[in-house]
Amino acid sequence: MAMLEVKNIEVYYGMIQALKGISFEVNQGEVIALIGANGAGKTTTLHTLTGLLSPKRGSVIFEGKDITKTPAHKIVSMGIAHVPEGRRVFADLSVYQNLRMGAYTRKDKKEIEESLRMIYKRFPRLEERKNQRAGTLSGGEQQMLAMGRALMSKPKLIVMDEPSMGLSPIFVNEIFDIIQEISKAGTTVLLVEQNAKKALAISNRAYVLETGKIVLEGDASVLMNDDSIKKAYLGE
Amino acid sequence: MSFISYFINGVSLGSVYAIIALGYTMVYGIAKMLNFAHGDVIMIGAYVVLTCVSTAGLHPALAVLIGIVACTVFGIVIERVAYRPLRNAASPLAVLITAIGVSYLLQNIALLIFGSNTKSFPEIIKLPSLSLAGGKLTITGTTILTIVACLVIMAGLMAFINKTKAGQAMLAVSEDKGAAQLMGINVNGTIALTFAIGSALAALAGVLLCSTYPSLTPYTGSMPGIKAFVAAVFGGIGSIPGALIGGILLGVIEILGKAYISSQLADAIVFAVLIVVLLVKPTGILGKNIQEKV
Repeated sequence: MAMLEVKNIEVYYGMIQALKGISFEVNQGEVIALIGANGAGKTTTLHTLTGLLSPKRGSVIFEGKDITKTPAHKIVSMGIAHVPEGRRVFADLSVYQNLRMGAYTRKDKKEIEESLRMIYKRFPRLEERKNQRAGTLSGGEQQMLAMGRALMSKPKLIVMDEPSMGLSPIFVNEIFDIIQEISKAGTTVLLVEQNAKKALAISNRAYVLETGKIVLEGDASVLMNDDSIKKAYLGE
Repeated sequence: MSFISYFINGVSLGSVYAIIALGYTMVYGIAKMLNFAHGDVIMIGAYVVLTCVSTAGLHPALAVLIGIVACTVFGIVIERVAYRPLRNAASPLAVLITAIGVSYLLQNIALLIFGSNTKSFPEIIKLPSLSLAGGKLTITGTTILTIVACLVIMAGLMAFINKTKAGQAMLAVSEDKGAAQLMGINVNGTIALTFAIGSALAALAGVLLCSTYPSLTPYTGSMPGIKAFVAAVFGGIGSIPGALIGGILLGVIEILGKAYISSQLADAIVFAVLIVVLLVKPTGILGKNIQEKV
């Protein structure tokens, strides 16, 4: 059974239909990429998974439980963490406070401390700046903080929305390395990216979205060599 | 000697403004709305306490407790019924206008139940006065209690926000509701809690205000409510220490204005000071510079 099953979801913004029946699944341990142009419905899809939007039709099943109508704040403790588009760190809070906020749903103090140590080990830069206001970090550092904050909830599945957006090339490579590390450490990853080349390079499978529909799906290595993909998304 | 006496009375009145301003500033900071009915919750609290003491003959401490509980419930119900459905309304004016409507609703409910006659608020704070400088300076027990209560509330609130999980949730919600939800924070619950705290404080402010100025009508909360709003803007809306500073400054200016300039012009002076402050520093004394996000 898949860890996450999305069945035929349709989402509307008022009269406008943003998702026209999308289905896909994510298995435990996979890295899955959702790629597509601006406005294809990638962010809408993620928002529907984590409860920020609710679909008019269709369902979202996580570990066998129907979470279609579960409010966003309850989904976190079920094991899905969401790294939102544009990082959305709490700019006025310190790096440390941001990370603690990520563990909001957890109770065991010792385990939280342990997670914090792990995050600092993975992101030494965050430890160096732990007392600094998050708003003063660079874009790449804020992305690391947003990822660290999501990991603080100890998720089984982490969904990331455009983690490489607006970052310098060096940071882009670093962020993709980190995503691979997160995956190796046992967290399943669902990745939305405009940088299709990088995303396909680290994914097992991928789905291609176009104007609210999935138009192509398959193994990342196959899609990478698909002519239509090459032309539309890889710039070759 | 009289200057010191006026000054202390100003600080005391300012403390009441500060306690009310806290409700305005917290709700603004977290729900991003101006709850213009907040002042009228004070009046409701005062009527509840008055009824408990004068009609039911309850012990004042119990009456105050009932007043706090009643206002807390009122605050939560108002938020749930009138404001929450409008939280995602297309225009932020919708909820602002609703708040003004709730304000009139509360005043008129009080008018229906208690009538328009001025009621005399019972003397429930029975503390001895403090006599200083050989009897030349007397500070009433109510004045001292008001100032102490304000400081205790302020310290308690700061500790609550910085040390508790619910307080941290408030900080997160005030910055970014969407991101707060993704942390597992119940945004609606956090906003309701903010209204509950603000309204409980309003009840206390009502008791302290009516103990100093013991006449109660359905409009009693209106002017202090507006002045507390001014105090909150004065100190920097959204800032808790700002509410304290703004409130006390406002109280002192008002009382000194009454004493040395003109009792008729005191309110005009208060609002003139607000205008000047906003011209010089539009975000208030401790307000953050709000930058439009791109």
